[in-house]
Amino acid sequence: MRKKALDSVYTLAKNDERVIFIGSDLGPGVLENMKNEMPERFFMEGVSEQHIVGMAAGLAMEGFIPYVNTIATFLSRRCFEQVAMDLCLQDLPVRLISNGAGGVYAPLGPTHLAVEDIAIMRALPNMTIVCPCDADEMNRFMLKTLDWPHPIYIRLAKGGDKIISNESAGFEIGKSILMKNGKDGLFITTGVMTQLALQAVEKLEHEGINCGVLHMHTIKPIDENSLFNLIPNVKAVVTIEEHTRIGGLGTAILEFCSDSIPEHTNKIFRIGIPDKFAEEYGSQNSLLEHWGITVQNIISSMKNKLNK
Amino acid sequence: MTKLDERSKDLRKNVIKMVEVDKRGHIGPALSLIEIMRVLFDSFLTFDASNPKWEKRDRFILSKGHGCLALYSILADKNYFSKNEFKYFCKPTSILGGHPERDKTPGVEASTGALGHGLPMAVGMALAAKIKKETNRVVVVMGDGEINEGSVWEAAMSASKHKLSNLIVFIDHNKLQSYGKTTEVLDMSPLPEKWQSFGFNVHEIDGHNIEALEELLKTLPVNIEKPTVVICHTIKGKGFPFAEGNPNWHHKSGLKEEDILEMYKCLE
Repeated sequence: MRKKALDSVYTLAKNDERVIFIGSDLGPGVLENMKNEMPERFFMEGVSEQHIVGMAAGLAMEGFIPYVNTIATFLSRRCFEQVAMDLCLQDLPVRLISNGAGGVYAPLGPTHLAVEDIAIMRALPNMTIVCPCDADEMNRFMLKTLDWPHPIYIRLAKGGDKIISNESAGFEIGKSILMKNGKDGLFITTGVMTQLALQAVEKLEHEGINCGVLHMHTIKPIDENSLFNLIPNVKAVVTIEEHTRIGGLGTAILEFCSDSIPEHTNKIFRIGIPDKFAEEYGSQNSLLEHWGITVQNIISSMKNKLNK
Repeated sequence: MTKLDERSKDLRKNVIKMVEVDKRGHIGPALSLIEIMRVLFDSFLTFDASNPKWEKRDRFILSKGHGCLALYSILADKNYFSKNEFKYFCKPTSILGGHPERDKTPGVEASTGALGHGLPMAVGMALAAKIKKETNRVVVVMGDGEINEGSVWEAAMSASKHKLSNLIVFIDHNKLQSYGKTTEVLDMSPLPEKWQSFGFNVHEIDGHNIEALEELLKTLPVNIEKPTVVICHTIKGKGFPFAEGNPNWHHKSGLKEEDILEMYKCLE
């Protein structure tokens, strides 16, 4: 997914002179083709996230569309004030491409695990947050980033995932995709967690439980219309995110329900990362298991909520 | 000690008009800036107040946003907006807030106030001009307390890496930050050597001496493939003897009627 995102930056830059790439201190050879062919719009600026975001703001004020790329923790934690003041307050079209959110960097430990980035970004006015579910969707989404007038936080989670999205569903920022309809329960998911939900739905089907999957690729602005139309029609809603249960997708759904359809708030159950720094290393999968974000747990959470 | 001429006094009177609204404001840090701003807008920057977004304009960022009283004073003087706006300073729907905001105040290029943000944005603007092959310059004013921020030095390294000769930084070196003397809070000396070692072309000057400032600005930017910094030695609270070098006038509130009268008296 990360590769697709960067490939897209190259293609966008080839076709649009406003596109700029800014990295911090990424791996050798990143976007070599852009560096060679469009050197005046390729920047590798060193380990200086505060500066990079400010510099991107300055370029955006002059009509450019900067795509900034580094590890999610550093984009969300290290330069929060620059994101808030330079990008959001001034509402500038800068794109933050964050590598390895969630448990991707499991072996590297808590310094490299961005598990509260959605909460941080969601609190900022004017920010848009998008978490695609696979490389194909990433590609469709990136095409839409050129003319979106606000800052975007692009969350790249696990890589090398199965393609589950469908071109016919299209892609509109802020418009969720109903991957599957179901009459008993509804999973609301974001990023690669949509993959787990689809597996859970298949297994539940065998037990005679019919569940749908709403893929919320855009967490902010949240697709209120879909929530308003779908939540009242099912008996239970389980949200799944590779992110702390505080302030992310589940919280956003609860807030919507509490504000707009309060009688449905009790239906919601949130699956996410517990309120603790990671206590283990291992792999992304072992961390997800440690956190209880597994297909098995997703199935039992839905059954519990449905009293089955 | 430089004596203030009529124009410098008038620009200070504008400041008083704003602070007398709510009897408060960042007075000291604005007064050290007045002559720097005056010379920049009178003799150096290219702009069109009737068309603040004119593409060919030089970009100016007051990175030490708390010095906004000096910025508003010169912007009104140049007819970016009416001096009538002064009487709404910091009122709920005013275009003049306690820190400058882009899109709210004509002539304000970037929202500042959180320190250490102006130089990174200016680097982006200066790079933009280079990419577009435009000849406009980018000018930033920072405080000597502000340069405690690490982001300033991240941006300084980047400016010299990219040989941004179209970028000129002014440091309002008034030797006082909020708590007290800069040498005691966090001594940044030797300043010229620091900037030199970060790849800047360095000048030092009396930041209240109009002629000297004008002479220097005539030589800028020098085409030596380097960004430039001008370290301006200034006096915090300049013009009001009771405020000069007095940390209590950094952000002054609860001004009394006699304080205001006293300030006007200094400018007679």
